[in-house]
Amino acid sequence: MSQLNSSDGQEVSGSGATEPGVDQSGRKKMTFGEGGLAIVFAILALSCITIAAKAQDTAYAFHAYLSAFASIAAVFVILNRYVDRPAALPPLEIDGKPNYNFGPVKFATIAAVFWGIAGFTIGVIIAFQLAFPALNFDLPWTAFGRLRPLHTSAVIFAFGGNVLIGTSFYVVQRTSRARLAGYLAPWFVVLGYNFFIVIAGTGYLLGITQSKEYAEPEWYADLWLTVVWVAYLLVFLATIWRRREPHIYVANWFYLAFIVTIAMLHLGNNASIPVSVFSPKSYIVWSGVQDAMVQWWYGHNAVGFFLTAGFLAIMYYFIPKRADRPVYSYRLSIVHFWALIFIYIWAGPHHLHYTALPDWAQTLGMTFSIILWMPSWGGMINGLMTLSGAWDKLRTDPVLRMMVVSVAFYGMSTFEGPMMSVKAVNSLSHYTDWTIGHVHSGALGWVAYISFGAVYCLVPWLWNKKQLYSLKLVNWHFWISTIGIVFYISAMWVAGILQGLMWRAYTSLGFLEYSFIETVEAMHPFYIIRAVGGVLFLIGALLMAFNIYMTIREPETAEADTGVRANPSLVPAE
Amino acid sequence: MADIHKNEVDAVSGVSTTGHEWDGIRELNNPLPRWWLWTFYACIVWAVLYWIAYPAWPLVSSYTYGVLGWKSRDAVQVQLADLRAQRAVFADKLAAASLTEIESNPELLSFARAQGRAAFGDNCAPCHGSGAAGSPGYPNLNDDDWLWGGSLEQIQQTILHGIRSTDPDAHVGDMMAFGRDGILPRPEVVAVADYVRSLSNLPVPQGVTPDLAKGKEVFDANCAACHGPDGKGNPELGAPNLTDGIWLYGSGRDNVIASITNGRAGIMPAWAGRLDPTTVKALTVYVHSLGGGR
Repeated sequence: MSQLNSSDGQEVSGSGATEPGVDQSGRKKMTFGEGGLAIVFAILALSCITIAAKAQDTAYAFHAYLSAFASIAAVFVILNRYVDRPAALPPLEIDGKPNYNFGPVKFATIAAVFWGIAGFTIGVIIAFQLAFPALNFDLPWTAFGRLRPLHTSAVIFAFGGNVLIGTSFYVVQRTSRARLAGYLAPWFVVLGYNFFIVIAGTGYLLGITQSKEYAEPEWYADLWLTVVWVAYLLVFLATIWRRREPHIYVANWFYLAFIVTIAMLHLGNNASIPVSVFSPKSYIVWSGVQDAMVQWWYGHNAVGFFLTAGFLAIMYYFIPKRADRPVYSYRLSIVHFWALIFIYIWAGPHHLHYTALPDWAQTLGMTFSIILWMPSWGGMINGLMTLSGAWDKLRTDPVLRMMVVSVAFYGMSTFEGPMMSVKAVNSLSHYTDWTIGHVHSGALGWVAYISFGAVYCLVPWLWNKKQLYSLKLVNWHFWISTIGIVFYISAMWVAGILQGLMWRAYTSLGFLEYSFIETVEAMHPFYIIRAVGGVLFLIGALLMAFNIYMTIREPETAEADTGVRANPSLVPAE
Repeated sequence: MADIHKNEVDAVSGVSTTGHEWDGIRELNNPLPRWWLWTFYACIVWAVLYWIAYPAWPLVSSYTYGVLGWKSRDAVQVQLADLRAQRAVFADKLAAASLTEIESNPELLSFARAQGRAAFGDNCAPCHGSGAAGSPGYPNLNDDDWLWGGSLEQIQQTILHGIRSTDPDAHVGDMMAFGRDGILPRPEVVAVADYVRSLSNLPVPQGVTPDLAKGKEVFDANCAACHGPDGKGNPELGAPNLTDGIWLYGSGRDNVIASITNGRAGIMPAWAGRLDPTTVKALTVYVHSLGGGR
């Protein structure tokens, strides 16, 4: 929280009595946002203390006290920041150049690295638990059932979410040539989002869950996230609104699609009625197969809009930037963007093949998944072909190599996904570890790699360093974790297909060949290989954290290498 | 948008840009790759054909059934019918045959064992192990030591009604908690444990001098009623044979002392109602044939 005060880049006092934060006589005046937010947090603190006192279970009381403490801290930080700031709020521009607000971006970048390592560590632990169940330690807090959502939420929402919020706040400013909208709002988004993660994660460990996959947090955490997310949308939209570019850059379309759709999914899937304001428990308004359908409409589009659209936005900014090449095709970016967002939203039912879901819904889920193949690949083509004329850079720049490999993994898993959605394939792959392998080729190969690439680019830009502390370490990170990914996904492919074949094997007399236990036993060696792959991936991430720490410690350079250079390959047309 | 002809041309590819620039990033004016576009179209055409063939679009109160008339419920029925047909020849005979008839008919026996093996794997293996070798507290079914009897009828009775289960016909027998309930003082528990271990010639731990006479005295007064005067057990009461070197809860001195102190009351669920009678029959034959059937 202490970062808050020194975060806003250059805070230069402006002049002019009509600016916000200054009254008629030029004296400092509290803005509506500062005063309002402080009052809201004060009321929230009181409410949380009341709820804590009457809470029906201790875990919920703990969350209420935590929220009260955070609210009180927020009031103090807001007031302290008001006292310390110059009379005028930071100007939008200085000498005609946008006065970018990178404080929240810095926070989100560090948070992403922190949560990433936490999430990967939990992943390694639960991978070993699957191979060696004794590692559950017979304790509720360390049981697989609680650690698994901790892992998925930590990597998707904590790591991925911070990467998305951080990069989106960076990219929207730079490609709009405008300072991030809002004075406190961007900080509210970043800190509020991370507070949501703390509530969600501690809740899982203490046994608070609504048992919806990838949407486990209970009603009060969901409500808080809704508030934060609306603020996020408004900050993003307002920044685009004040842009100094005639057109909105493609990365911002993808970010906007991600923000808007996640809001819709979150509200639809988490519609629930709390038992009491003093209880963490709530009941989902959907039931039966409708609930399953809503859940996978949410679940699949969390993949589509959080892990695909959002990270494509990252790809669309950081790859051309790092390669110093123009995006391959503007037309392809338009067509594949609209095709992707219109078609993705239909694909959810493929998670419910051969269930009580009506046949027609299963058909639509499968066929739209097939149609989705090319729109997904549009992003891959635009990412890879942007490298044309710069492929030689892959030899010397491991950061760019990481991002290009991530696009290759993206292409692979967006082919594998439609293939697995075909019912004939799904009848073999469903409920097996093949699904886990598929998810991780996308998660480790695509999402994490494009994120690592973006973080490696961002850190020297944000902290005004000439370059990273060590490109050699990036190279090590790349190779160690690539071997880890290959271990992971090949083990899960073999395990999943073996599992599927064992489940469906019949003897000549018409009885099942293998009992379930025998199929579990057969997984053991692959689970060990998978866990080793996870360890390698984690080691890579630790190297990254060290590299970033050392980079931030390096002395600042006068002129940051922000990658903005005259583009020597562009010449005026005849 | 700016006139395309005035836009810059990328020297590397010779393609013009769209004329915009964001933070140094430009976009080339490349067309959609042909192969991409045609594959996209092909996927759409395939989807439309699939919609015509199979159930696809919801209507107000129904949906489009598709010209093939395929339904997943019908497909499952067909598969189940196929499976029943595959099993039919023997399944009907198995249902009609008595346990001894099954054992005397080699074809029927091998069919029953195949079905029993599959049923054992998914229902019994979690406790008794995939190979029925058991584990502490869960009897080994491969040996000829039977707590509640190893004949076909006795095994079937045990499977159907369980042991200390909620079934009214379950086997019930109590190994009392002699130590915990204060029936025997600690020295007597230890003495009888040493005596019982001596019945199957188990090695005496170093530093222990067993009081076998005292142990026999205690045994005769407290244990013989169920386990028999010679300790050979009684399958009517589920009292194990203490002389055969097979120990459900371990043969160590501490294990035996623990058994006498706290008693033992392992539970096996009743399978009647959960498994159909033919499957129970097949399981009975399978377990009986594992090696120890009487």
